[in-house]
Amino acid sequence: MSIKIGLAGNPNSGKTTLFNALTGATQYVGNWPGVTVEKKSGKLKGNKEVEIIDLPGIYSLSPYTLEEVVTRRFLIDDHPDVVINIIDATNIERNLYLTTQILEFGIPTVIALNMMDLIRKKGDHISCKALSKQLGCPVVEISALKEEGIKDAVNKAIEIAKQGRIKKFALPMMEEVEEAITQIKDLLSVHNTTLSLNNDWIAIKLFERDEEIVKQLSLDQSTMTQIEEIIKACEIELDDDCESIITSERYAYIGDVVSHVVKKGNQSKETVSDRIDKIITNRFLALPIFVLIMWFVYYISVSSLGTIVTDWTNDTLFGEIIQGNMQNFLETANVAPWLTALICDGIIGGVGAVLGFVPQIMLLFFFLAILEDCGYMARVAFIMDRIFRKFGLSGKSFIPMLIGSGCGVPGIMASRTLENDKDRKMTIMLTTFIPCGAKLPIIALFAGAMFGGASWVAPTVYFMCITMVVICGMILKQTKLFAGEPAPFVMELPTYHIPGLKGVLIHMWDRGKGFIIKAGTVIFVACGLIWFLQSFSWSLEMVEGEGSILASIGNVVAPIFAPLGFGNWEAAVATITGLVAKENVVATYGVLYGIADATEETSDLLSVIAANFTAVSAFSFIAFNMLCAPCFAAVGAIRREMGSWKWTFIATGFQTFTAYLVALLINKVGTALLLGGSIIEAIIAIAIVAIVIISVFIWGRGKSQETSFDV
Amino acid sequence: MKRLKDVKCGEHVKVVKLEGDGAVRRRIMDMGITKGCEVTVRKVAPLGDPIQITVRGYELSIRKFDAEMIIVES
Repeated sequence: MSIKIGLAGNPNSGKTTLFNALTGATQYVGNWPGVTVEKKSGKLKGNKEVEIIDLPGIYSLSPYTLEEVVTRRFLIDDHPDVVINIIDATNIERNLYLTTQILEFGIPTVIALNMMDLIRKKGDHISCKALSKQLGCPVVEISALKEEGIKDAVNKAIEIAKQGRIKKFALPMMEEVEEAITQIKDLLSVHNTTLSLNNDWIAIKLFERDEEIVKQLSLDQSTMTQIEEIIKACEIELDDDCESIITSERYAYIGDVVSHVVKKGNQSKETVSDRIDKIITNRFLALPIFVLIMWFVYYISVSSLGTIVTDWTNDTLFGEIIQGNMQNFLETANVAPWLTALICDGIIGGVGAVLGFVPQIMLLFFFLAILEDCGYMARVAFIMDRIFRKFGLSGKSFIPMLIGSGCGVPGIMASRTLENDKDRKMTIMLTTFIPCGAKLPIIALFAGAMFGGASWVAPTVYFMCITMVVICGMILKQTKLFAGEPAPFVMELPTYHIPGLKGVLIHMWDRGKGFIIKAGTVIFVACGLIWFLQSFSWSLEMVEGEGSILASIGNVVAPIFAPLGFGNWEAAVATITGLVAKENVVATYGVLYGIADATEETSDLLSVIAANFTAVSAFSFIAFNMLCAPCFAAVGAIRREMGSWKWTFIATGFQTFTAYLVALLINKVGTALLLGGSIIEAIIAIAIVAIVIISVFIWGRGKSQETSFDV
Repeated sequence: MKRLKDVKCGEHVKVVKLEGDGAVRRRIMDMGITKGCEVTVRKVAPLGDPIQITVRGYELSIRKFDAEMIIVES
């Protein structure tokens, strides 16, 4: 008999740790049907008959957030045989709030009481036996991190799943509420409901005026009116509204349970977490500490240790060992020279250039995973919220952007932690403005060629990109797409704890693997294709430079970029290949100018660039490539997270348009100021940008009033 | 009427009523801020907003904008 176990619990309760411990390496990660909430499922280690589904971390089963709706639909439609509800024992009151709602559902439930070691350390005591008696379901003590007790929890779950019988749970309520619920239940019993759920749960949800359940039940109008009358009467009697009544009842019941189950030790003691927080979110120290931590993370992962490993991967592993040996092997095997060139220069060179970033990115994600798992990221959101709210985002938007500085794909995926749909969409649109690891060689190439490798170039580019995030955030907020009240920012600040190495590594790998897959698939194909296009003419003869297919495509596109100052076909082609992967931009230049194995440090390439650009057009080129539509892999991620092609086009179109305007402004104004160019053209460029911004404001005003009704 | 937004750091208050409606209000209640529960304001973020409170034994951050809907008494 196969058994389906749903794993439910609050965020930060150790749910993912438990899931990883139970399933080992057999997980499948996907999305819930129709929505972009992550769905993880896996087979129980050592028993392939048991499937475990990791439900989204939620605080309640209200109908308001995607995660909650997904969990409810799973419980209703997928009929899990049993639910393991993991509870953070250090935060038992709020965790039990969800538990009461799960128990009402009527599915067999086992409670896994996590982090009991911390309870003992605090000198408190929680009785599993008493809790089990109070709630009427089995309670098992576990440590998800140390993998203790998890076998017992699963065995217990399998046992009660096989029994199939459960003790009915009913939330004790005030007489008035009880009466109203009973009346609703009586009304329901007359109707044949289509849902295979117990009427207790449905009645409570109807009492809460839960829109989701009303939709699913499709009751007739007269029944709905009768129910509404019952609710109204109760609300008047208790001088409160229905949702508030039920929530208060739940917490009142939980307060009673906790008083029977938990024995507090010495209470006044300040916890370690409190003491850490006193320093880390201190009014004066918080920002300096934040800057210091970020500096350290980037210094280790990008500058010092990361560079050493990446250089070794690029020069030794790919340059000498793989590329060198492959070349020797192909030459001795008498393979046609064009094929040798395709494999060695085109594919290995291109794919190697991408894989070279892997160590840096993995290190960055390793540190960010530590910061996330130990609880610091929530504090970052707490510290940064004020700034981000100013331009229409929330403090949580900062985390996707931090990750986006490594690679845009996991950055975009990290936007999932934002609950509000508008916030999430806007964060996705702005995250790729932050230069990712693959865009750095573009900066380095031009800094080397045009500005003598000056150290101010990279920080200036970063500053420009961050400024664009801010400006575009403020402008987007004015459009009808994002207008309206800011979303609430009610966020738990979890207790600090030392993260487990296994969890951090899984986290790191989840984010970094996309990068490697990208190198093996998209970039692999793209490198071969670009090599073909630039090596052959339309009549399929091997050519070099001007006669190639790529050059003729470039020549068609080039005039579009002329106002930006880089209207030659090489720059056009480099920008287009950048859409495949930003790593390609530098490599493409190398290929186009016939310089083998070009990197941003190759002196031949630097001099060719210097001859083809001015300082102003170089900066314009950098700006355009930083801000325009990201690589295909990131566009794919945008598509997945947005859930629609329409929004994907809006996002990439917006990015490219913004990039064009910024580059235009830099080129025209820069040329006029620094190189004695036409002042009139500069004024026209400023006027165009001003008109665009003003029209967005005017268009947005009119529309935002219309939409304010349907929110 | 005193609102949670105006409570000073370190002060201990009791929730009297929640204003507002819909998702925001439900969210605040789901997180444990209900009628009659006790709340301690711990600190204000370095840039003046949001605030950090202790409710039902855990730490929660909430914007002053949302804290304005919560009416309290000392």
